[in-house]
Amino acid sequence: MTDARSRIPHLEESLTVRAEQAIIEPPTGEVVMTLRDVAVAFSGRTAVRDVTFDVAAGEVTALIGPSGSGKTTLLRALNRMHDTVRTASVTGAIHLGDLDVYGPDTDATLLRSRVGMVFQRPNPFPTMSIYDNAVSGLRFNGVRKKALLDEAAESSLIAAALWDSVKDRLKAHGSTLSGGEQQRLCIARALAVEPEVLLMDEPTSALDPIATKRIEELVGELKDRVTIVIVTHNMQQAMRVSDRCAFLLMGDDKAGELIEFGPTAKVFSEPKDPRTLDYVNGRFG
Amino acid sequence: MTAVLDPPADPVVERRRAVQAAAASSLGRRKVASTVALGICWLFLAIAIIPLVAVIAYVIAKGLPAWNRDFFTHSTVPEGYPGGGVWNAIVGTAVITAVATAVAVPVGLTCGLFLAESDGRAAATLRFTADVMTGIPSIIVGIFGYIAIVRNFGGYSGFAGAFAIGFIMLPVITRAGETAFRGVPRSLNEAALALGARRSTVARKVVVPTALPGVITGVLLAVARGLGETAPLLLTIFGNQYLQWNPAKSMEALPILIYNYSNQPYADLVQVAWGAALLLMTVVLVLSIGSRVLAAYLRKERR
Repeated sequence: MTDARSRIPHLEESLTVRAEQAIIEPPTGEVVMTLRDVAVAFSGRTAVRDVTFDVAAGEVTALIGPSGSGKTTLLRALNRMHDTVRTASVTGAIHLGDLDVYGPDTDATLLRSRVGMVFQRPNPFPTMSIYDNAVSGLRFNGVRKKALLDEAAESSLIAAALWDSVKDRLKAHGSTLSGGEQQRLCIARALAVEPEVLLMDEPTSALDPIATKRIEELVGELKDRVTIVIVTHNMQQAMRVSDRCAFLLMGDDKAGELIEFGPTAKVFSEPKDPRTLDYVNGRFG
Repeated sequence: MTAVLDPPADPVVERRRAVQAAAASSLGRRKVASTVALGICWLFLAIAIIPLVAVIAYVIAKGLPAWNRDFFTHSTVPEGYPGGGVWNAIVGTAVITAVATAVAVPVGLTCGLFLAESDGRAAATLRFTADVMTGIPSIIVGIFGYIAIVRNFGGYSGFAGAFAIGFIMLPVITRAGETAFRGVPRSLNEAALALGARRSTVARKVVVPTALPGVITGVLLAVARGLGETAPLLLTIFGNQYLQWNPAKSMEALPILIYNYSNQPYADLVQVAWGAALLLMTVVLVLSIGSRVLAAYLRKERR
């Protein structure tokens, strides 16, 4: 991995300008992804805009904010999921290392093998076994070697804390698992491809508290393996799992914008913007 | 945090490299496969669209010269007489379709609502019946109309034609209605029930209004389908070269006129058939496209 920030000097400037507005404290370590003035619009209507921050390597970055603030929309811009929506357009610059995510020569499928995603609801492929689900991403990407598939399946299922309960029934269907286990299978599936960044879109919103707790613990454990960007509407969850926080809020024109970005502890205890304080203290949203 | 990034021999990093190498090396093949698949899609799209466009263009070219004011305002005249139009056929088609629609829509939508709201054996039977009805060849429907209505109720008539056309439209409306009513989220149903609404009230106040755009689309498509049916009319309305508004008498209709005139040895009658074909095609196209536009508009209006 290369440090995205240092490779793109012209972006430094924009970051400085933004820093005065919203960024409490930019990450000082290695950076995996950079966002500069990112905006997403659907049919010309802006859903989120003016987003500038860096995603630090090996950290968990949380996107927080009330409904409609564009958290999920922003997250989906990071691995070009909006490509599948005809009316969507993404502006600004997003870099993964020194790869321009929206560059003309960037292949979205290759990008997505480097930036994985876990969705709100567990969605294991219903026709595939647990094993096949776990290695599906590798197969999609043309991996055929059995040894590599087996190794990746075991490694990712262990990492997703699922191995012990499924190792004797890898041929069973993913739908035989509980909701929480299904979501961990989806995490394993995403991990097996060994992405550099893992995007998680409210991964616990469809789960019960106990399953939620396990996923949250998992997020902490996975940091060594993959950089995580997680969307959550749960303040406590953001505090528990994230190192850094981006707070988004819907502006007067219904478009989400970045209000504050910084280390989670600071965003929660001494934010710059009074609206952040109100939100994290549960006064609205 | 930096431990991960330090080569060598971290299995995660090794695997990452292997996967990305596999992805990169298979990308070319995947792109070719994707292009080929897309090409096949376009090819089949062309195969589907070219005949359609050709038919439309040909009918316009052949039929447009027949269109003038008399064509729309006068009834048919015998071969050799100047002027004349298809007013009698327009009236016949309009009356027959209107009667068929008036009967088939309430019955079909009621069946559709029942299918959407009920899962019992009766619903399964009704659904199966509707599917079978859709598959019955239209000439059989014509024979049925002939035996059931023409033979028993005073001979050829617009009503007999409307009966046959309604028979064609009924299953289409039923299934379109079911699809539209099923599209209404269960949660809306439950929200109304939880407020103490009766099932009939839920259907009337929540399900039907919510499903309306889909229902309208389905009904208009069924009408378009009914307009163009020829075989059921051949054996039921007989045809009539004079203007007839009364559906109890035998009537003319556009498909019948096209059928009868197109195989005449007289150029001016064939010309009238082309003009009628263009008219029928235009109405059907307007209904098909209009139903979609209207449904899209209604859905947008609601948001």
